[in-house]
Amino acid sequence: MTKPLSAPLDVGFDYTRSTGPTLGRFLSDLRRRKVTGIRGSDGRVHVPPLEYDPVTAERLTEFVDVASTGVVRGWSWIPEPLEAQPLDRPFAWALIQLDGADTSLLHAVDAGSPDRMSTGARVRVRWRADRVGAITDIECFELSDEPSDEPVEADDVTMVTTPVHLHYTHSASPTEDPFLRGLMDGRLIAQRCPACEKVYFPPRPACPTDGVPTTDQIELSDRGTITTFCVVNVPFLGQRIPPPYVSAYVLLDGADIPFLHLLLGVAPEDVRMGMRVEAVWKPREEWGPTMQNIDHFRPSGEPDAPFDSYSQHL
Amino acid sequence: MRDVAVVGFAQTPCVRETDGTTNGVEMLVPIFHEVLGSLGLTKSDIGFWCSGSSDYLAGRAFSFVSAVDAIGAFPPIMESHVEMDAAWALYEAWVKLLCGEVDTALVYGFGKSSAGQLRRVMAMQLDPYVVTPLWPDSLGLAGIQARMGIEAGLWDERAMASVAAQSRAAALSNPLAQLSGSFEVDDLLAAEYVVDPLRRHDCAPITDGAATIVLAAGDRARELCERPAWITGFEHRVDSPSFGTRDLTTSPSAVAAGKAAGADGIEVAELHAPFTHQEILLRQALGLGDDVVVNPSGGVLAGNPMFAAGLARIGEAARRVHDGTASKVLGHATSGPLLQQNLVCVMEGRA
Ligand SMILES: [Zn+2]
Repeated sequence: MTKPLSAPLDVGFDYTRSTGPTLGRFLSDLRRRKVTGIRGSDGRVHVPPLEYDPVTAERLTEFVDVASTGVVRGWSWIPEPLEAQPLDRPFAWALIQLDGADTSLLHAVDAGSPDRMSTGARVRVRWRADRVGAITDIECFELSDEPSDEPVEADDVTMVTTPVHLHYTHSASPTEDPFLRGLMDGRLIAQRCPACEKVYFPPRPACPTDGVPTTDQIELSDRGTITTFCVVNVPFLGQRIPPPYVSAYVLLDGADIPFLHLLLGVAPEDVRMGMRVEAVWKPREEWGPTMQNIDHFRPSGEPDAPFDSYSQHL
Repeated sequence: MRDVAVVGFAQTPCVRETDGTTNGVEMLVPIFHEVLGSLGLTKSDIGFWCSGSSDYLAGRAFSFVSAVDAIGAFPPIMESHVEMDAAWALYEAWVKLLCGEVDTALVYGFGKSSAGQLRRVMAMQLDPYVVTPLWPDSLGLAGIQARMGIEAGLWDERAMASVAAQSRAAALSNPLAQLSGSFEVDDLLAAEYVVDPLRRHDCAPITDGAATIVLAAGDRARELCERPAWITGFEHRVDSPSFGTRDLTTSPSAVAAGKAAGADGIEVAELHAPFTHQEILLRQALGLGDDVVVNPSGGVLAGNPMFAAGLARIGEAARRVHDGTASKVLGHATSGPLLQQNLVCVMEGRA
């Protein structure tokens, strides 16, 4: 069997979070080139500050200023930094106990070489020029015992935004593969369950009723019946057609499962359950391994299908 | 309270990369058939289904819902999911059986780590305000922990390499293992660092795979299995997510879970230690002496299917009771960064 189709899948989104009073104070102070900890129930000063004590779970409120210099308590060496890490040249991850703190903060140390790193090494904050109130306002730490730049004035922050970008290779299942390859040739390839004989379009990796992989391929025509539909009246981000328009479930002739597609060529008030429709394909040169090869469905002009013919597929 | 036992276990081969989808169906269908078939059961005999997996690993939302296709969930089933290693799904199912709601449960976990960049994906489990934005990778964090233990004199690079050598030697008898073979410690130590002080052999491989366990209660367990692995202790504990606050050379949550579950008199233990130094740390935390056989399967250093590997440790341990080679065993699973959360399942055979 050939390897199923696969494609790069890049997932990107910004997490936006409110900071609350404890982390808000810490992040606002970073913007001011200041590091702030909090005193725990046992008197230890935690940096970064914790909202609740890790042992007693008591709410913590006593902020404590600490230095922007400190000592390395543990480290590892990254010879090949990964995307979005603090430095794009080899660096050390380190747990750093700042002077005045009792716990350690994780950050990068721009040491140049692992030979220059050691547990016990003195480090100081290298502040980023354009600070926004985030842990990345500390660009990294550097090997030095001299104090960092002086604090400055800056407004409080109450929100923090963390961009996330992850990269995957998305693989089609062995049953989706002939479906996608068929679409490239303008063919609609469904799969039949060997146990219950239901026909799935698009195919599933296994029949959801029987839990067995579907094995029989069958080709369907591009005509079908509207089982149900809705009229989209609300504009939203990324919408391709001005509302109102109709999204309809289309049950292809010979299939047991309807799929959602766009219905054009008919006024929304004239759309009915049971309406017969046919596919309108995009120009062949625009075809790819996607259902978007079908631009939309339109009424075929045939008489409506009787309710009994699709009542089991709603 | 009624007794509950592990009566069945199956897992896929551990491989670097599969052709399948990230919703796991292709990996799950064969092991469901294997485990149900070995017990003479069909899906309708299972009272409760519970799974563990991760959307961040899959790169898609609700990947566990697609996975339910592998069951054939019609007529409707009773089903639940944890976004954690499936060892925690096993815990949920165990509680369900203890409550008497059902007599059987099937638990499964799956992960296709090869789809993404595992070292980066693992940053998504860290503190979202002060840690994740730096994108610390799982090897970088483990390297800090390993060095702290080395500098505290708790282990050294040679001891770490011998854990790897033992794992791969043990895995020679495990046909599903990804890494196995005879290795000299000196040869392993001659390799370059991947993330100083970790070498390649110190880190579990990137693995695609899945595992499943069937639980049954009381007489149902005795009917299904000649030597059920009766669960006599099942506990999980968690440490602060703020790892700069805790002593990383030990794991208070592993100590506490082991004590509560009753880890005395264990003959065989399967430990979920994705890094060599963590196996040494866990042996100590769980009080496992030199007489305890640790990771006879090779452990996760020989194959680490994310979100299934902890469940597979419990399955591997239970298998030693099923086949009569041990009468008291321990399966361990971990979750979170640097052994933050630990689960211990103690199982016994009865004459
Ligand atoms: Zn079927």
